[in-house]
Formats: sequence, C-alpha cells, structure tokens
Amino acid sequence: MSLVNYSTREITCKIVYYGPGRSGKTTNLHYIYGQVPEDRKGTMVSLATQTDRTLFFDFLPLDLGAISGFTTKFQLYTVPGQVYYQTTRKLVLQGADGVVFVADSQARQLDENIESFQDLHANLAEHGINAREVPLVIQYNKQDLPKDLILTVPELEDALNFRSVPHYEADALHGPGVFETLRGISELVLKRLSAGSGSDR
Amino acid sequence: MMAHSDARYRFDNFVVGSGNRLAVAASRAVAESPGSTYNPLFIYSGSGLGKTHLVGALGHLALELQPELRIIYLSLDEFVEQLHASISAGETEAFKKRYHTVDLLILDDVQFLTGQRETQSEMLRLFTALQGSGRQIVMTSDRPPSEIADVDERLLTRLAGGLIVDIGAPDYETRIAILRSKCEERGLHFRTGVIEELARVEFANVRELQGALNRLAAYQALGQQSLGAPDVRMIVGVQGTSSMTIPMPKSSGEFQSFLSDVAVAVAQHVEGWKARIGEAIAYWGGEGYRTALLERALQQSISPDVDELIAGYSASVDHLKTLEQRASSVDAALGANEVFRDPERVDEAEQLAERAMAGHTPPVGPSPAFARDAFEVGSSNEMAVRVADMVVADPGRKYNPLVLHGSSGVGKTHLANAIGNELLNLSGGAMTVSCVGAQTFIDELIEAIQEGTLERWRARYRAADALIMDDVHFIAGKERTQDELFHVFNACYDAGKQIILTSDRPPRELGDLEERLRSRFDGGLVVEIGQPDRELRGKLYARHFALRERSTTEDVLEYLADRSVTSVREIIGTVHRVCAAADVAGEAITLSFVRGELEGVSAAPAPVRTRSDERVDPFFLDDEKIVWDWPDVTARLIEEIR
Repeated sequence: MSLVNYSTREITCKIVYYGPGRSGKTTNLHYIYGQVPEDRKGTMVSLATQTDRTLFFDFLPLDLGAISGFTTKFQLYTVPGQVYYQTTRKLVLQGADGVVFVADSQARQLDENIESFQDLHANLAEHGINAREVPLVIQYNKQDLPKDLILTVPELEDALNFRSVPHYEADALHGPGVFETLRGISELVLKRLSAGSGSDR
Repeated sequence: MMAHSDARYRFDNFVVGSGNRLAVAASRAVAESPGSTYNPLFIYSGSGLGKTHLVGALGHLALELQPELRIIYLSLDEFVEQLHASISAGETEAFKKRYHTVDLLILDDVQFLTGQRETQSEMLRLFTALQGSGRQIVMTSDRPPSEIADVDERLLTRLAGGLIVDIGAPDYETRIAILRSKCEERGLHFRTGVIEELARVEFANVRELQGALNRLAAYQALGQQSLGAPDVRMIVGVQGTSSMTIPMPKSSGEFQSFLSDVAVAVAQHVEGWKARIGEAIAYWGGEGYRTALLERALQQSISPDVDELIAGYSASVDHLKTLEQRASSVDAALGANEVFRDPERVDEAEQLAERAMAGHTPPVGPSPAFARDAFEVGSSNEMAVRVADMVVADPGRKYNPLVLHGSSGVGKTHLANAIGNELLNLSGGAMTVSCVGAQTFIDELIEAIQEGTLERWRARYRAADALIMDDVHFIAGKERTQDELFHVFNACYDAGKQIILTSDRPPRELGDLEERLRSRFDGGLVVEIGQPDRELRGKLYARHFALRERSTTEDVLEYLADRSVTSVREIIGTVHRVCAAADVAGEAITLSFVRGELEGVSAAPAPVRTRSDERVDPFFLDDEKIVWDWPDVTARLIEEIR
C-alpha cells in the first residue's frame, strides 16, 4: 500500500484506530462520519454485533478530493478491541500509515489500556513495522466523565505515553477532540511524504 | 447661506444606532442653540459612517429653527482655496470680515490641516474671533484632533476644547434600520429575509452597505423574480464572516477546517520535484511513450535536476518522433516499431531509422579494382601514399579531410579508392565507405530533388563511415551541390568520419567554390600527387608488362623509364602498344624493338617482313581493333557446315 503515488497523483492514507474494547474507536469514526458534508460522504462500513460491539472492523473512506493536484483519500479503520479478535487486529493493522491509540480514560480500564498498547506494539513488530517510526498519536477518550471515575491526563501519560507521542483529550461521543486527533495523526502521516519513505513501500 | 449642503442630509433620515447616538445628540443640541452648548463640536469617524450627513443635518436644522442665522458649510479644502484666493487678490480683509461674522461655521474633513502652517494660523485667528463672540464651530475629521499630525499646539487645544465625539460602525440592528430606511426612501421592496441577510454581512461602513443594497436592487430590477435571502451573498460577493453568518452546522465547519489543514500539510510535504516528474510521467505515458526513465528518477530519495531530466526526456521524445517520421516515410511498417516509443532506446531507434533510410540504396563503395598493393610508389607520390597509409591506420583523426590533387592520370582515383578498400579490409567489411564521383553526386542530387527523396539521399551519405569523393572540382559553380556537400561534409566531420577528396588542382585554385567549402577542404591535409618520376615509371612499366605476362629485359625497362610521361595512363598505353606490336610482329620485346616501335626507328630489320614484305598496317597495332582471341576452330566449322 503506497501512501503517495506520484505517477497516478494519488495520496492514500490508511489510519487505524487502535485501543481496548469499548474505548470509543467506532464512536470516533461515527462522529467524523457525521461531520462529512453530504457530497463527500462515502459509505461507512461497520460490522457490528447487535449490542454495537465491533465484530470485525469499521471502515470509513474519506475522499478529500484533489489537494495540490493529488486525489487524496483517507481510509479510517478501527480494530475490534476485544482481546480474542487478535487475528483481525493484526490484519487491519497491515499497511497502516498511521495509528491512533484510543485509550479509555476510566480508572478501571487502565490495565486494558496498557494491555492493548502492548498488543499494538507486538502486532506492529509482527508486520515488521518499527513502532518508533510509525506515526502514532494517543487519544484519551471519555474525559467528559465525572472526575472521580477517570484518570487525569498526566496520570494516563505516565502509564501509556512513554514515547511522548502527541496526545489529545477527547469526548468522542460529543465531538471535542475527535478532529484534533485526526488532524494530529494526518499531519504526522503527511509529514512522511517528504521523508521519502512513502513512495516505495 | 448654506453652501454645499445637500438637502438629503436631514436628521429624520439619519438612522440612530448605538454607534452614533452621542454624535447625533450633540449635533441636535448644537443645531438647536448654536454657540451655547458644545463649542467647538468635533465629530470624527472612519470614512462612510455618516459625518457629512450628520453635520449637514445639523446645518439644516439650525437654519430651520433660526432662518436668520448665517451659516457657512464647507470643506477645509474649499476654505484653504478661498483663503489663498483672497490673499492673492489682496482681499484678506473681506475674507476675514466674511468669516468673522458667521454664526455657524461647519468645516468638513479638517484632517487635511496637516502641515498647512499658514492656514492653521489663519484658522487660529478665526477660531479665537468666533469663539470670543459666541459663535458655533463644527468640524469633522477621520481621526481625533490629537492624531492630526503637525498641527499648531494652540489650534489643537482649541479644536479639542469643546466636545469631541466619534461615530462607530453600525451594529446589526442599525444596519437593518439603515437598509430599511434606504429602501423606503427609494421605494425598493425585497422579500422577507433579504434585508436581514444583507445586514448580516459586516460592512466596514455605511457607504459599502449602501453599495451592496444598490447591487441587490439592480439585480432584482434585471431579473424577473424577486431575490431570496440565499442569493444575497452570491450577489454581494462576500464570504460570510464567522460571527455574522447564518450559523452553519458546526459539523461541516469542523470537517472543512480539517480539510484545509490536510491541504496545507500536503502542500508542505509533497515534494515538488516528485510531483513534477509525476506530471511528466502522466503526460508522456498518455502519449504512449515509455516512462521507465522518469519512474526510476522518482524512486530516488534525493532530487535530481528535474528541469534537465524532463527537458532531456522530452528532447529524446522529439528526436524519436523525427526518427519515426523519417523511418516511416521509407517504410510505413516501421512507424509502429516499439523502439520509437522508448526514449531510452534512442540509439537503437537512430540505427533503425538510418538503416531504413540507407537500406534501399547503400552508398557505392570503393572499386575493388584499385587495390592498395597495386599502387606503385615513387618519389613523386611518396608523400601522398604515406599520408594515405596513416589515414587508413587512424581514419577520421589524423588528416581529415585528405585532399589529393594532381593532374589527370597520376593515380588520385586509384589511391583514394585504395584507401577506401583498405578501410573496408581493416574493419572486416563492417565499415560503410561511400565512394562517389562528384559528377555522380551531382546527378544523384538532381534525381533526388526530382523524386523528392532528398532526405533519404542525404541519409545515405551521412550513414557512411567514410566519404570518398572523386573529382571534387566538378562541383565548382554548382551552388546547390555545394550546399549539400557542405552539410554532408559537416555531418561526417563532426562525427569523426574520414573524408577523402580528389581534385585536379589544389582547393585554393578551384574557381567558383564557396569559401566555406574551400576553407574546410584546406583545413585538412592537401597533398599533391606529381607526375610519375623515373623510379616510379620503372616500377609501373615492370608491373604492367608483368600484368600482361610479358617478359622484358632490364634495358627495355631502363629505356622506357627514361622517357618522361605526364601520367600513369600514358605508361599503361605505352605498355599496351608495345605488347600489341610485339604480338603482331611475333617478336620478343627487346630494346631495339621497343625503341623502333616508339621512336619509329628500325634498329633491326622488321621481323614482320619475313612473313610479308609489306610493313604492318598500323591498324593491326591497335589492340582495340583486333580480335585477339578467336573462338575455337571446331565451333566455327560446325557453324559453316550448317
């Protein structure tokens, strides 16, 4: 999967929303989908169970139109968070140009966050992707919950962000932070256009 | 006594809003009792917010209330003009008298006081006089007094001494009120929502607002149906600003801002050179050319010289087009050849085209009859031969062109052809040597022009690896041929191909030869082949007798060599003659026989007489006129029996 194809003048970014189950990855995508103007809306593919748990994955194509002469397409994916969908997660992660790690800010979810973050690194390693180089941002979701239920951003930073990647507070259900996160990961991904590593992957 | 005041400027059509309430109130107060409340009144605001309207209305109202008031309304410019006029006319007293008796002086645009010292001092006197007698002064400006640069301090304190008010930009409600009032005034009717929509646009001043309204009115007058609110912004040509626009769904804004961020990031990070190469690939790929060269460049991590790369590529493509055209003019089937679509195979394409062009009629090579080892060397031609050998050893580099000149029959053609043959032999036949007489060259050119195959004809000569042109003196006076030869010459010369020319005289003595050709001929090596010297003559006689398988004695050769000749041809002629005579006479070639034959002196009794008393008819001595080899006798007999 190539990020930028100069011959056909296309830019395609695959961004994967990763994180533990119920942390709000699909909610992120739904919010973004809701903001896309009608004329640009693709179809959001969501394979969810009846209880709205992502069974396989969500796929949201974003056609951004021609930018600087390049047909620009973003493809947003989510992985199923539940531990037992390991194979699916690995599959979805394949060829990702950037990863958003959606962490659940609830205090009781801390272990799941850490476990999922480690899982992400393991899967990246299996794809032969250097976790230090892949564009990655962390989103601390559900920051709108009552303070006694959630961990503060510094606490979460301590627990997860040992690499000091960009992080964003969010309330994916209502919107704050969602586009900031997307913007953050997009910038990181697009920055790699000029690093020369994009064209020959 | 209102000068220049527009009757349209009245208080009842001045819309009062939060931005101008104070100014309006002050103006009204001044109008109702000039000179008593705020004196002077100083009104300032940005352009187009209603200063002039306000002071105009003030003047009108004052005049309405007290018709006997003497009011002067003028702009500072006009005031200065009048002042200057009065000074130059020597009527300053009249000027002073006029202004000093005015009850209400309204001065518009006083910001132009800047730097006008003379006017300032006059105004200072005037102000002092007016204020002293309790008369009203009203001034407007686009800035507060303290910001008018370069104004006399005393005047400044007077300007600022009364009331200073400003007029702010109208708020939304005021704008609606203004628009409604304007519509009423002009009898305009818009659909509901139109005025409101227009008012949402944040115009910097009322004039712009009015302009926009005029635009709407004009559009509505032109069109059949009345305008709706959604048309407003399109017609007025403004993008809504955030606070005043109809609140768009928040969603779209977020997406749009994300989009523009991405656009910025892409523009920043897309590598320009790659994008340009990409464009070139798309373009040439679309034209059907192979772009592997460019694609490879794209894979590089550092930027090559894109301009050069693309220019080079497109030059190659152009070259291919030319070659294809040329090749397909000879053979249409070649046009579709893959080679002409790949700029990386230009060389192949060139060869293909050249083969196609030259293929039909390969240039005539040197005659095999003129072998190098058959060329006898003597002091008269030694130089030429040595040079010829050097040329053969290192064609195109040592002496280019090589011009051999000498009188007729001294062996120029032989030597030139011999060089060609040697070149062919040394290269194992791989070289193409074109060998042409100048006269043939001219004839071919004329034919090519006639048949329209000039291109092909040229290519034939250009394709050759060496060019030998015999008797180049024939091109004298033939301009077109000289032109063509010039081009062929240059093409060969530039490509490092050997050129050999022969001529009956040195280039500098060739008449009617263009200087550019002459200088080129002279630029190589010009060698003369002289008339055969004694040593050469001896060798030549020996060789030619041997060729006819005649044995001669040394003294015969000595004798013959002593005879001077002008050309090799003469020697060959002599050999023929002697042989023929000997055959006829049935004698061996001895010195006495030869001498007798050539000098007409009979050293010994003619042996012919033994067979016949008569002298041999000279007819029989000419070997061209005698049948030497009769067919087999038996064959003749059968013929006769029949």
